[in-house]
Amino acid sequence: MMNVATGAVDATIAIPVVSATILAMVSHWRLAARLNVFVSLATLADISLLLLRRPASNGLFLVDDLNIVFLLLNGFVGFTTSIFSAGYIAYELETGNLTPRYLRFYHAMYQSMMAGMNLALITNNLGLMWFGIELATLATVMMVGIYRTHAAVEAAWKYLILASVGIALALFGTILVYLAAEPALGAGMGAMQWTNLLHNARLLDPAMLNVAFIFLLIGYGTKAGLVPMHAWLPDAHAEGPTPISAVLSGLLLNVAIYVILRFKVLLAHSSVISEPNVLMIGTGIVTLLFAAIMLYRRRDIKRMFAYSSVEHMGIIAFAFGVGGTLGNVAGLLQMMMHSLTKSAIFFTVGHVAQAKGTQKIADIRGLTSSHPLLGWMLVVGVVAIAGLPPFGIFTSEFLLITSTFAHAPILAVVLGLGILLAFGALIGRMTTLCFGTPSPGSHPVRASKTPILLHFGIVLFGGMALPVFLYDWFAHVALLLG
Amino acid sequence: MMVTLVNSIFGPNGALSLAHALSGALVLVSFMMLYQDRLSAVINVLALHSAVLGLAVAWQAWIQAEPQLYITAVIALGFKAIIIPLALHRIVRRLNIHREVEAAVGIGLTMLAGMGLVALSLVVMLHTAAHSAVLAREDVALALATILLGMLMMIARRNAVSQIAGFMSLENGLILAAAGAEGMPLVVEISVTFSIVIAFIVIGVFLFRIRERFDTIDSTALDAFRGELQ
Repeated sequence: MMNVATGAVDATIAIPVVSATILAMVSHWRLAARLNVFVSLATLADISLLLLRRPASNGLFLVDDLNIVFLLLNGFVGFTTSIFSAGYIAYELETGNLTPRYLRFYHAMYQSMMAGMNLALITNNLGLMWFGIELATLATVMMVGIYRTHAAVEAAWKYLILASVGIALALFGTILVYLAAEPALGAGMGAMQWTNLLHNARLLDPAMLNVAFIFLLIGYGTKAGLVPMHAWLPDAHAEGPTPISAVLSGLLLNVAIYVILRFKVLLAHSSVISEPNVLMIGTGIVTLLFAAIMLYRRRDIKRMFAYSSVEHMGIIAFAFGVGGTLGNVAGLLQMMMHSLTKSAIFFTVGHVAQAKGTQKIADIRGLTSSHPLLGWMLVVGVVAIAGLPPFGIFTSEFLLITSTFAHAPILAVVLGLGILLAFGALIGRMTTLCFGTPSPGSHPVRASKTPILLHFGIVLFGGMALPVFLYDWFAHVALLLG
Repeated sequence: MMVTLVNSIFGPNGALSLAHALSGALVLVSFMMLYQDRLSAVINVLALHSAVLGLAVAWQAWIQAEPQLYITAVIALGFKAIIIPLALHRIVRRLNIHREVEAAVGIGLTMLAGMGLVALSLVVMLHTAAHSAVLAREDVALALATILLGMLMMIARRNAVSQIAGFMSLENGLILAAAGAEGMPLVVEISVTFSIVIAFIVIGVFLFRIRERFDTIDSTALDAFRGELQ
């Protein structure tokens, strides 16, 4: 019994690592793409096994209510993206943007990134958590630069430098957490185990924890795209291959937020007096407003949706800063719904960019008449991401605004203003992109619709009828978050 | 002077004093890096910086009796103090940028900012770490100073090679902090990971011939890069 569960835990990392090695050697790209889909499905199945039979935590690994949600999401979006990716790269090969040689590398990096994210999510050790994020970052850096164009290399370099600084600061924060724990818990691994730290949270040095959290928020916040460390994010999204934009926005940003949450739980249970909340609310609001304003001047479609991701990360940081049951539930729901919606939008945008041969917003018009299915899917995506009912993001944003009104009406007004600003920008762009007379020049494109429809279906379901057990589950996690 | 120095090293608190002296030296070398205006000089100071780190980590390994820390020390002395500087010198020759003087912010201003950062990190860390062991406290304060000076270097310089130097000195500060935290696990693994990152960065610069950080006064060039030029 127990062995199955612990085996499944190891497999969440072992499957991607082994398949990355194998994929690096498979030179036939069609086979490699299929293999990539297959192993992503295997990882998803393995994670589902954890849902059914949860192993007890040990020094290295931990599966609890908080991370099982993100693990599942990771497995699911990783799987759907691999399906999208197979179609996407077939087209890129036809047009000669990529060569089969680079694809070996691409698939290996894809699985390395999944391994890194799964490790960061499932580990109980703060050092390994850091290592997982680092691994995922390096893999995505390599993929962002894969087109080797001037712009792509510049984007990858900017990403590498900013992410390295962020990750260095996060490590310093981790060292400070260790120093806060070491006098009470003794030297060694014990002072780096999250469950152990949580259990003895009252004994940790509060002043040190406070300083540590600032470094952790800036450090991992860089990876989450929080302003002012967001500068890498739009470039990386715009210049990399679209499947990578989808997993960056849909998964990696979430994993970074998840890690910040782990530390926030520690602070919530220690004798630190609620300073992290103020920090998170502040960063969240600044990020939201900044990104909402930046949305107006975008002329590149992927860059626009990248700023929309920044905006949502701001909302999420704000939600967890507000805290309380409602705030935390809203934050968790927003993370899930944003992840599903944004990755589906990037799938659609990827096909649109291939169909039109450009990413410039000015050159894409009237999609609903030239490519009805793609056009309408984009309409649905933008409506969902802008926070209109009946989609899931509406539910979470509504929850957040109402719960904020109860504590701090002024903050709620600012939050509402930011969301409205972003809403205006997105809907305005959508009308020119999707309606009117179609712009000339388009190629037929074989879109893989299933992943997109699947994502939108879940988001719609989440908005119309959030199952009671899911709400209860989130509420339970929210209690842990404090 | 010499006598007091010798006494302070081999006296009763000698182990501590030498650890502090080496950490202090690291901060000092960070300052030296800030005022170099030639690329090859920056690289040489970087080699010195890594060598000082190597000695500091080796000393920590000795006084904490943690033999695995010697691996980290060897990485610092071999990889970061010799191999990477040699590679960087080669890049500078290949890209023909030895004569480049490339401070984005004036040197006087950078030094002033640096002093401010050191003061800040000492005040913050000595205050918050009041309850920690003496060894860790001072070490972490000086390590934070090194980290912040590394960041300053990355901001104040425009050339990719000096940005690498800034990042490596930042990372040296991190390793110092990790080695100074008594019994901290995974230090060796972390230093290996960072070495891989640095190797990546250096190879990237070499392969793609990245000369400069991508900002320029000319905002049209910036807009073109962002794909926002209509």
